[in-house]
Amino acid sequence: MLSIILSRLGQATFVLLLVALVSFSMFRFVGDPASNMLGQEASQAEREALKDRIGLNDPLPVQYARFVGNALQGDFGLSYRTREPVADMIASRLPATLELALVSALMALTMGVLLGVYTAINRNGWLAQMIMSTSLVGVSLPTFLIGVLLIWVFAVELSWLPSFGRSGTVDIGGWTTGLLTLDGWKSLVLPAVTLGLYQMTLIMRLVRAEMMEVLRQDFIKFARARGLSERRVQFGHALKNTLVPVITVAGLQLGSIVAFAIITESVFQWPGVGLMFINAVYYVDIPVMSAYLLLVGLVFVVINLIVDLLYLAIDPRIKSKQVGAGS
Amino acid sequence: MSIGQRLYQWWDSDFFYAFRTSPVAIVAFSVVMLLFGGALLAPLLSVMDPFDMAALNLMNGFTPPMQPNAFTGDTFLLGTDDQGRDLWSAILHGLRVSLFVGFSAVGLAMAIGISLGLLAGYLGGWVDALIMRVADVQVTFPSILIAMLIFGIARGLLPPEARNDFAIWVLILSIGLSEWVQFARTVRGTTMVEKEKEYVQAAQLLGLSRLQIMRRHILPNVMGPVLVIATITLALAIIAEATLSFLGVGAPPTQPSLGTLISIGQDFLFSGEWWILLFPALTLLALALSVNLLGDWLRDTLNPRLQ
Repeated sequence: MLSIILSRLGQATFVLLLVALVSFSMFRFVGDPASNMLGQEASQAEREALKDRIGLNDPLPVQYARFVGNALQGDFGLSYRTREPVADMIASRLPATLELALVSALMALTMGVLLGVYTAINRNGWLAQMIMSTSLVGVSLPTFLIGVLLIWVFAVELSWLPSFGRSGTVDIGGWTTGLLTLDGWKSLVLPAVTLGLYQMTLIMRLVRAEMMEVLRQDFIKFARARGLSERRVQFGHALKNTLVPVITVAGLQLGSIVAFAIITESVFQWPGVGLMFINAVYYVDIPVMSAYLLLVGLVFVVINLIVDLLYLAIDPRIKSKQVGAGS
Repeated sequence: MSIGQRLYQWWDSDFFYAFRTSPVAIVAFSVVMLLFGGALLAPLLSVMDPFDMAALNLMNGFTPPMQPNAFTGDTFLLGTDDQGRDLWSAILHGLRVSLFVGFSAVGLAMAIGISLGLLAGYLGGWVDALIMRVADVQVTFPSILIAMLIFGIARGLLPPEARNDFAIWVLILSIGLSEWVQFARTVRGTTMVEKEKEYVQAAQLLGLSRLQIMRRHILPNVMGPVLVIATITLALAIIAEATLSFLGVGAPPTQPSLGTLISIGQDFLFSGEWWILLFPALTLLALALSVNLLGDWLRDTLNPRLQ
């Protein structure tokens, strides 16, 4: 068991170092870091002096090691555009993205499971049929179009909710949260729905398929024969047995939520790290891009690692297979 | 064999039978063909050149669809945008950009994916391990994120004054490079099966070079599944292009694609000019949905095992 965990940790570290290498190459080779830091007016001598001072003349492996070392201490350099430390930029925008991602993931999970159970139980009801066909269209819609359509309906036509920005935030020890005020929640609704809709449909379809499979099995018949209420059979026995694959898929989908947050944040001008990244791409602000890449790489690797380890904890068959394969 | 016989044979084939008995496939195919035709014939079908600033009349700005303009009395089928640009013409030209980028990106992804897949599958060993490890790491990240990253890097490598001129090519490069993995994985798998077959052994005995065997003998036999993936990837590429252009990191302002038009339309939602958003959005939706449905149908028809 320990050896499997260690080997997974080793793989994760390897992937992270690879991501760091891409990130470092971007920083080092796209444009000239020295002239980007000094601006256009600097003389050749000033540039050479800076190159010496920040070590751009050292051998590349030394520079890479220094880059990784700095990143580990949370130092990602200065933004070319705003001259702010990139770490500060990320720190001030991260709460917005994390709250958005968290709320939409929770929404996707609860709504997805509820709708999945409902459509599985009332397979032939008209409402279930309608939910299923709507979900097909929902999967084909690009995320940004869902956002624009939601703005149109709920912000422009009905004017129930704000169409952009994040308001009603409260600062708690450096962490700005929008979850404590009504205004904060109001501005969160549309972005969270936009971001979570695709994941919700995925989870719903998965729960529905798994539920229909489980409901056919013998232990459900026995539970009914024992005279348990239909609700207890459905939620206590059937749903419980569908949760393992659902949790895995939901975990892996957390990663795509981070990626699609870039799109959602730009549609709603939500001040998170995704919006920061897309602006960095537009203005070719390389330090911000490479820091974002490292951050997202870390998130993905950690999620994959946790899902892998959860698998091991939940399903003993994988453990024996791994040992049999000699790894 | 006469042309009549050939036509009959084609009409009678399993593939065409599956096509003409599936309403979804017929409708999806017709919509795709209609949109392709519109894009190809854009210069003929449009009433003005939407990129010629001199032809635009600012007085025509914000004309609603099918209503004469209050100042000039001109009528436009789908209305105009803020600059007085006819939306019908802009959509046809935008469709052209979207489809050009989509097809080129899929072509690039196919070329890279098939070559790497053939090499990995046929040579095996460290070549296989290296290519597949890179593919594994790349698929961990969503392809839209990879495309944005490549777009940013390529922009950084270009001098600022050339960025708009090359934006379309940079866009094709970033989407193409972000979608090759699926092709490589499929081709590698099929190649590994094919290379054990007798015709490949015969070719090896004849002393053909490895390159010739891969290109002339194995390649034709792995193309079936590749075409299915290409259709599905085309839908993904069109959506990726629209998304990037919508976010402002795609097609340049001088060559608006459907995504650019939608982002322009979003600016005028609050002032009530809904048509600037609605028509480009509907076009994109029809395109993405019908290519998607066609891809699904192709997959189910050509390879029932994949379901």
